[in-house]
Amino acid sequence: MNIIVCVKQVPGTNEVKMNKETNTIIREGIESIINPFDTYALEEALRIKDAYKGKVTALSMGIPQTAQLLKQTMALGVDEAILLSDRAFAGADSLATSYALSMGVKKINNYDLIICGKQATDGDTAQVGPSLAEKLNIPHITYVNKIEEIGDGFIRCTRLTSEGYEVIESSLPALLTVIEDLNVPRLPSIKNLREAKNREVAILNISDINADSKFTGLSGSPTQVVKTFIPEYNINNEMIEGTPAEQAEKLVDNLLSLGLSVQ
Amino acid sequence: MSSIKILKDKCVGCKLCVNSCPFGAIKIEDKKAVILDNCTLCGSCVSTCKFKAIELTKDEVKGVDTSEYKGIWVFAEQKEGVLESVSLELLGQATRLAKDLNTDVSAVLLGHYLENTAKELIAYGADNIYCIDDPSLSRYNDESYANIICDLIKQYKPDIVLFGATAYGRSLAPRISSRLNTGLTADCTILEIDKEKKILLQTRPAFGGNLMATIVCPNHRPQMSTVRPKVMKAIEPDYNRKGNIINPQITVPTSTKVKVLDVCNFPKEDLNLEDAEIIVAAGRGISDSKNMKLVEELAQVLNATVGASRAAVDEGFIEYAHQIGQTGKTVSPKLYFACGISGAIQHLAGISSSEIIVAINKDPDAPIFKVAHYGIVGDIEKVLPQLIEKFRENLVK
Repeated sequence: MNIIVCVKQVPGTNEVKMNKETNTIIREGIESIINPFDTYALEEALRIKDAYKGKVTALSMGIPQTAQLLKQTMALGVDEAILLSDRAFAGADSLATSYALSMGVKKINNYDLIICGKQATDGDTAQVGPSLAEKLNIPHITYVNKIEEIGDGFIRCTRLTSEGYEVIESSLPALLTVIEDLNVPRLPSIKNLREAKNREVAILNISDINADSKFTGLSGSPTQVVKTFIPEYNINNEMIEGTPAEQAEKLVDNLLSLGLSVQ
Repeated sequence: MSSIKILKDKCVGCKLCVNSCPFGAIKIEDKKAVILDNCTLCGSCVSTCKFKAIELTKDEVKGVDTSEYKGIWVFAEQKEGVLESVSLELLGQATRLAKDLNTDVSAVLLGHYLENTAKELIAYGADNIYCIDDPSLSRYNDESYANIICDLIKQYKPDIVLFGATAYGRSLAPRISSRLNTGLTADCTILEIDKEKKILLQTRPAFGGNLMATIVCPNHRPQMSTVRPKVMKAIEPDYNRKGNIINPQITVPTSTKVKVLDVCNFPKEDLNLEDAEIIVAAGRGISDSKNMKLVEELAQVLNATVGASRAAVDEGFIEYAHQIGQTGKTVSPKLYFACGISGAIQHLAGISSSEIIVAINKDPDAPIFKVAHYGIVGDIEKVLPQLIEKFRENLVK
């Protein structure tokens, strides 16, 4: 079983602080981490490798610094890490990202399974997994919470839906997007982390993966951001002052006068 | 290749661009702005520069002839003839958008024994139903559904296609947009028409921060969006409305690489945040898992349902099933208590249809207070016990 895990570098926090005077984001001290959902994908790939033998490759598209994060995946037991990095990839939406990743996957070529986290915590679109599978013309299964069996040319998993779960069988190669119920990701040992610092991450540019710049980055992105804004809320809001007891009393009075009742 | 550059002779190092960049991708070096590797070419900085010192050159994007594409489609998601509420909500929104575009609204309905479902879609605003009725489609399947809908889009060329951001919709829509090489915007909270350009303005929380982004897909078709349940409003059904039921000539795939072997539904549980009238929700600001007891007690007194922000779930205070917001559930209670919730935009996206919001937080600058009808700055450990007592006195006989 040769497995590719797609990994994204994301900001370490979603708790964004705004500078009220300039209406801008304060971003000092925010470190980059591996998208938390991808850590479940990595763990599952390593478990499958333990059970079935084979090779695990981590694949990412990002800025050159992402190579440092990919070394962390090697400390966990990933055999090879590949970073697609080129200015021509900048400004990619989920379609252009899927295209670039698909060209990276074709470069790796020999694979049975691709595993992605269900979504990245910075964009939350959950689109790259299915979109990548389509670009590779392989089937996909989203929201996988358990892999039941991997056999000769097939995989059987359960996936969550809004009302329950489904048991799904797919031919291989296939792409899975996985959720946090799947496993508990391992942590790297200090020794492995130290050793991984000296490992090489292959950095591939646009020509290394034979990608066409018409389909990458901003040029390959059908969607464009035309406006960003801070939402305004027209709410008549009342701040309730006083001691906790006074605050509680005033709030309860207000809510009762609005007709609050309990069934 | 598209590129961005700083015109060094015009740049005065004023830092306006540094502050405007949503990605932190500009720094000042030797009193001149420098664009860093993580620039996404979003262009936010270009308009904020008062000295016209930033130049963004975008490659011309070759798209399709957009004039060939007409009409608004809604993917009608159903299970055993029961439509998902979000599909009806999308039909309602589609009828409003269709007025601005002077076009009609169609539903795409796949399944088996669909006659009554089609009638319901017409009552909720569909002018046409593209109906593919086949026993093999009675259960949702990513592969066959994607194949059929792609074929229909190629044949009929709709301008806009909307999907509910359900487990199925979020799996199906990106597969389709990828095959058609068009744009898809996830989890939109506002859909409008740019009346001049006649294109869809898709607004969603963005950049993982307290910002909204409006996204367009100007050169590719169809324009595609997913929308979370409970965000848009359905119209009042009118069962006398007339509509056309179209049975297109489409080949239904006979064998698929993906097979659904079994379906298992969870038993209906007590936890039903979506329909709850009163919700008491906890955030990271409750500080300690022992304070969950206070949140639960307040909920009990009010016969309310317990919710949580993503941060509270991440901290392990409560299970994911209780999560409200962009990556959790969207709620619309009469009364919402936000206890120790800071109010990240993703959370606000999930509670904006609440009738009354009460926020309790010790940080007076927490964004939650901007959306709260009643705000209490204070310590959860001190305020909640008082509230519980006062509600008990007044509500329980």
